[in-house]
This record gives sequence, structure tokens and C-alpha cells, in this order.
Amino acid sequence: MTLINRPPVAATAPILAQGTQTPPPRRGFLRENPSIPWFLGLLTIFTLIVSVLSEGLGIGALSTSMVKILGMTLCLCLIAIAMDVVWGYCGILSLGHFAFFGLGGYAIGMWLMYARTEIVIRESLTGAVLPPTEAELSEAVAAQIFGVVGSSELPLIWSFAHSLPAQLALVVLVPGLLALVFGWLAFRSRVTGVYLSILTQAMTLALALYLFQNDTGLRGNNGLSGLQNIPGLFDIPQAVLAVWFLWASALALGLGYLLFAWIVSGKFGSVIRAIRDNEARVRFLGYNVEGYKLFVFTLTAIISAIAGALYYPQAGIINPAELAPIASIYLAVWVAIGGRGRLYGAVIGAATVSLLSSWLTGGGAPNIEIGAFRLMWADWWLVFLGLGFVAVTLFFPKGIGGLFDKIVRKAP
Amino acid sequence: MTLLEVRDVSVSFDGFRAINNLSLSIGEPELRAVIGPNGAGKTTFMDIVTGKTRPDSGQVLWGERQIDLLRLSESQIARAGIGRKFQKPTVFEDQSVRANLSMAVRNKRGPFAVLIWRATAQDHQRITELAHEIGLTERLDDRAGDLSHGQKQWLEIGMLLAQDPRLLLVDEPAAGMTPSEREHTTDLLKRAAQTRAVMVIEHDMEFIRRLDCRVTVLHEGSVLAEGSLDHVTKNQQVIDVYLGR
Repeated sequence: MTLINRPPVAATAPILAQGTQTPPPRRGFLRENPSIPWFLGLLTIFTLIVSVLSEGLGIGALSTSMVKILGMTLCLCLIAIAMDVVWGYCGILSLGHFAFFGLGGYAIGMWLMYARTEIVIRESLTGAVLPPTEAELSEAVAAQIFGVVGSSELPLIWSFAHSLPAQLALVVLVPGLLALVFGWLAFRSRVTGVYLSILTQAMTLALALYLFQNDTGLRGNNGLSGLQNIPGLFDIPQAVLAVWFLWASALALGLGYLLFAWIVSGKFGSVIRAIRDNEARVRFLGYNVEGYKLFVFTLTAIISAIAGALYYPQAGIINPAELAPIASIYLAVWVAIGGRGRLYGAVIGAATVSLLSSWLTGGGAPNIEIGAFRLMWADWWLVFLGLGFVAVTLFFPKGIGGLFDKIVRKAP
Repeated sequence: MTLLEVRDVSVSFDGFRAINNLSLSIGEPELRAVIGPNGAGKTTFMDIVTGKTRPDSGQVLWGERQIDLLRLSESQIARAGIGRKFQKPTVFEDQSVRANLSMAVRNKRGPFAVLIWRATAQDHQRITELAHEIGLTERLDDRAGDLSHGQKQWLEIGMLLAQDPRLLLVDEPAAGMTPSEREHTTDLLKRAAQTRAVMVIEHDMEFIRRLDCRVTVLHEGSVLAEGSLDHVTKNQQVIDVYLGR
């Protein structure tokens, strides 16, 4: 529709002070977001220190498994900031973002497994009288991968598993498309609040149950394994690979932080926070709320999938249990504890809780004897996490990140 | 010229007829006051025009091309040029006055356009002018939540003007304002009505008298009387249902 342009009302008003009005000084993106240089600086220092202490490239003070845990933690921080943008900024409490994380892991895992198996079989057949045909090779790979679920045929969804570029594209496309379709259906029906959370839980549960089946082509509850062996890089020791993956994870986290900080700092950030606070009002301002939600939901799903694609080669194995509904709930707990509505809060929450969790449940912490009672951390950790969550919600609604406000305000 | 035409619109909630064969139209430019006792359907009428409520029957036609507003979503209706001010001030308290105005200023509204949007000198100029108009120049970078009730009202009026709508629907603009602020509001609305259509819902008779415009009286979801304030206040039916109480 064409609208007639007429002078705005204010222009007809007698504005006496017009000559003295100055536009606000334009400040740079980094000046407006002081957390960015801080965050990127600390991330770089952290990565350098871990590299220097690593077994693979440095003095060996940190074991390779520790380096992997730290690299994986960076990936968890990346999905946590994605969760913060979708929940803390846009107000969509998605309890299904770990599904996208898992799908990213499966997509890269298929290539890792296929390509590795293919190389191994090719090597074992080098001594044969006749060189194997491509069809024979493919059959042998299939038998090797799917023997565990009693099949020897390559399922259709493995059609591109031989190609790294194709599987990398699928890392983004499959979760992106799922989020787009799911989000479109949910948002256009104006499903909001707790009902949307329940729907996202249903989505991730359905996906996990589907993947648990043996005949879905992803090896059922066995999942994909041996992902730490990178095809073509067999000669490089795991200790070195672990550091490389740490770097890749740090780079992804840094770029993800920059991307999200840029998105939430401008007018787009204003609009999505407005949607979080009063979406009906945003509609009356002429914004298509559903379009914005869909954009944020899909983009964060894609970033979650990228985080997953970097996480699982470090973890070495992915199975459908990773997509269980509880994983996505933990994600929300991390963000709430760290402080939602601020990106570094999500990072603090994810890093603190996941590292504490692996330390306490991995037997790292000594059990405590209290009289006749023996406190086993592995059993009691979740209880403490739950109590911690309740305490944060009641007493520190801004989370750990909220403490920074107090520090910054006290500074002159 | 008729800008908005509402024809035979009815809507009921759980058997209660909130709007009953309501027909009403407003031209451009025009200033119109809508009065009526509680439950007369004033707010429901605004809900229908802005797309929040779908009527059971009737038509709502808009503009030169007689577009059927009932087919459009809330955001499309807002983009077509209908702005609304709510009775209770609803500004985004968590954000600065500037951010609130910036969101309302007429610009492209799509997610991708907004993502790459950066304020131009023109946008700054517009925001400064609006802030001056609503008396919030000094508070531009303060949180909207820290404003007083009256200032929030002003901010919302500013956001409405920023949208540069062809039709302004204003629900009780003077609620919670001081007498001098009321005067300023009347001026503002009258000035806006020189170039566009403005429809004001109000209870305060003094305020309406100062607007000095055509008045529509709603009762039980339809139009009871229409004309100058003096004309409708002399109408016996109006006195019975509304003024007599």
C-alpha cells in the first residue's frame, strides 16, 4: 500500500531549541560493548595457557583428557550463549536446543565414522590380488559400521557420508531446517510461554526416541563412536589433536560471541527484548513478532549445531541419550545460574556448572565423612545443583553475572 | 474523504454482545472523541480496528483502496498506518527512552532490515524533535522504567507520533496527568488532527470540551448519538444512559 508522506507532527511544532540540539556522539561497537574485548582477551589468554600446559604442544602439566574436557566446555559455552539469546533476550524458553547440538554432532560423526572405516578397509585390502571395486568397498564399510545393529546395508541418510563438505553443510542445514519448520508451526499458532517449552521438550524427546531405534540408520543406542580418530590425521597423536580442537572451539566461541553481541546490541536487540517483555505491544508498533522469533530460534539452533559438531569429535562418542530432554533443561539451568540477558553470564554459568559437574561426578573430589554419614559427590551433586538453582532464582535473579553490575557501578 | 469505515460489526464474548451492529467512520483529517459508559464497547472497538479481536460479522475498510483490515495481522495493520495508545502506559521499561522511540520511528520493520539498520542523522534528528515535543529531552538515555507515570504517558504518545500513522487511536490520554500536561496533550492532539485522523476515547468531559470536535457516543456496543458535544449532551437518550448517572 502506498502511504502519503506528510510532514511529521513534531515538525509543525514550534521547536525553539532546534539550533542547539546535537545528535548523540556515535560510539564504536566495542566502546558500547566493553564485555567484548574483555571476553575475547580472556578467551585468548585461557587458550594460550592451556596450550602451553598441554601434553601435546607444551610442558605436559595438563593431561590430554583434561584438554579435551576444556575444549568441550568451550563448546558448551557456545550453546549456552545461543540459549541466552533465545531465552534471555527473546524470551523463548526453548527446552530443546540440545537436540540441535546433538544433530550437529551426528552430522559430523557420520563423516568421521564412514571416512575412517573406509580408510581402514582400504588399507586391509591393499594386499589382495584384485583391487576392490567401489561397490565392494562401500559394502564392506556398511557391514563394518552396521554389523552392530544386524545390518550390512548403507541407509539412505548416509548417502553423503563420504563427503566432508556435504556433511559439514548438513551440520547447518538439518538442524536449521528442523528449527525453521518447528518454529514456524509453533510461532504462527502463537504458542508461547510454558506451552512452547513443553513442545520443545516433546521435540527433543521424540528425536531421541527415534534415534534409539536400530533401524533408523544411525546405529540405535550404540550411537556413533570412535569420533576422536580424524580420518587422514591418524599419524597425529591425540594429545596434539586435542589442542587443535581446543583452538577450533575457542575460535568458534569467540566468533559466536561477536556475532551474538552484534545482534543483541543494535535495534534488533531492542526489538527482541521488547518481544520478551510485551510481544503484543511490539505487534502494534508494526513488527512481525513471529518473523523475529523464527529468525532467533533458527539462528541459535544453527549455532548450537556448530557447537555440537565441534564437541563430539572431542567427546569421541555420540548416542541418542545426548538428546534426552534433561540435557536441554540443564542448559537452561546453566544460563539461569550464570545470569540470563547477558552473554558473558551464560558463559560463566556453563563453564562453572559443567566443569564442577565433571569434577564432582568424575571422582575428582574427595568424599566427605560427616559422622556415620558419607557424602558421595557423584550421588549428591545433582541435589546441590538443584538447591543452587533454587537459591539463585530466589536470591540472585540476575545470576552470577549480576555480580558484575555491582562491581562496575562501584567503580568511579 | 473517509479513511476508516466500520460497517455493521458485531462481536460477542461468551454470549455477551460487546459490539452490536456498530457502524462508524472517520475522515482524514479529523479529530473525533468517543465517549460512553463502562462496557459500551469503546476498547473492544479499538481492539477490532487494530486486529487484536476478530469480529463475528461486519467489515472494516481502510484507505483509498478500501482494504479489508480484518484480513490483516496486527503488525500489518500498524504498518498500514494505524497507531494505538493504550490506556495504561505500555512502554518497554527495561530500555532507554531513546531505544523506545527508535523502535517506533517509521523505518523498515523486517528482521533483516532491522539487523543491519544503523541510525542516520535524520533518525537522530527525528528522535530529538520527538523528545523535545514530549518534554523528555533530558531523559533520552534514561531507562523508561525510571520515568514517572505522566512521563511514561508522554513517551507512549511520542512513540505513537514516531510511527507517523494516518489514524491515531488514543485511549484515555489524559489519565494521570496534571492540568498543564492535559492542556499540552489537547494541543498536541489538535495539531496532529490537522494532517491526520485522530480518535480519542475519554471519560473527562472537560478534556473533550477542550478538544472541541465531533463526538460519538457509544452505548451497549453501538452508536447512540453523534455530533458536537453540545448536541449530544442535549440528547435525552444520552442523558439517560450516560450523563444522568
